[in-house]
Amino acid sequence: MNQTDFSFLSNLLKEQSGIVLTADKFYMLESRLMPVAREFNMSGLDDLTLALRQRDSALTAAFTEAMTTNETLFFRDIKPFAQFKDMVLPYLFKARANTKTIRILSAGASSGQEAYSIAMIVKDALEKNPDWNIEIVGIDISSTMINKAREGMYSQFEVQRGLPIRQLLRHFSKQDDQWQIDHSLRAMVQFKRWNLLDDIAPLGKFDVIFCRYVIRSFDSPLKTRILSKFANEMPADGCLFLGLNETVLGFSSRFKLIKDVKGLYAKSPDSSASAS
Amino acid sequence: MKTCLVVEDSKVIRVIAAKALQEMNFNAIEAENGEVALAQCQKSLPDFILLDWILPVKDGISFMADFKKLPGSEKVPVIFCTSRNDPKDIQTALDAGAWEYIMKPFDSEILRLKLMQTGLL
Repeated sequence: MNQTDFSFLSNLLKEQSGIVLTADKFYMLESRLMPVAREFNMSGLDDLTLALRQRDSALTAAFTEAMTTNETLFFRDIKPFAQFKDMVLPYLFKARANTKTIRILSAGASSGQEAYSIAMIVKDALEKNPDWNIEIVGIDISSTMINKAREGMYSQFEVQRGLPIRQLLRHFSKQDDQWQIDHSLRAMVQFKRWNLLDDIAPLGKFDVIFCRYVIRSFDSPLKTRILSKFANEMPADGCLFLGLNETVLGFSSRFKLIKDVKGLYAKSPDSSASAS
Repeated sequence: MKTCLVVEDSKVIRVIAAKALQEMNFNAIEAENGEVALAQCQKSLPDFILLDWILPVKDGISFMADFKKLPGSEKVPVIFCTSRNDPKDIQTALDAGAWEYIMKPFDSEILRLKLMQTGLL
């Protein structure tokens, strides 16, 4: 592939998803796009690039899906989920005593492992607080991933990535060589296809946003924009979980790191819609 | 350096598991059946055990029955690692004292994540 085609494809990806394809990700193009080329009966990446230049919308959607799909796991990094269970939820059960409603967003939900990890924790918490309404919303740019997440069906490999065995026994049933998460947990999560580049206000306000290992693929201005969107849709005491190596530093003054808690951010006290 | 006892009758899987454990900075010792493993534990307890179920001479479940009688064994995490993937079988292993459970086939990433959950990493 020549430099012109690479530039065209990386610009297209950025326009569609915000993701910046750095030169070291060159190898991803072939492994991810060859299946798309085959699906559309094309001989290779040259034909595919040519067709993408004609702005074929079905092909552009397939290209974006292929380039934005990432593997994930249950309870990724363990600690953030312990913090959510032991710090964030107990706080919200006190702070939201009037409305008894908590809303949680899993942004970049992929095939649903993060949203379902949250749901497993919430299900336990609801046993002691049965009259509460806790909504979990999972969004992802890929409709293939969203459909998989809704189905909640995972391979034996996937259920062994991060999921403790007792949780597997408790919340999943075996269907041939696959494992499906129980209906009660699927009913707790709403999955929607949503592009983070679009307005997220229609999704409503969120007390907690998980956006882990997503913004690292964006350039600085877009990081700032996305973090501002999150801040706008959160109450003053909302909190944000980022990936362990991700930060708001240098991109946004609207969140500040909670002391000694890696990856967990609170809204800045002076955070307002006009600030960035 | 923590020591893992790998109890597994397939030499290929034993070597693969031992290599993956060494890459995670564990010392791996190997046993080809439950009886050899038990003799090893009677000499000195490992820090944790990776245990196959279906084994010649003494299988994983009957190893657990004897292992649990050894003083101090309750502090030693045992992770089953077996091709048995029926929920009933998994429950049997947990009832026998397994801390975690790996269904074969597995890869080193699954092993690493299970060790993290068990607090060994």
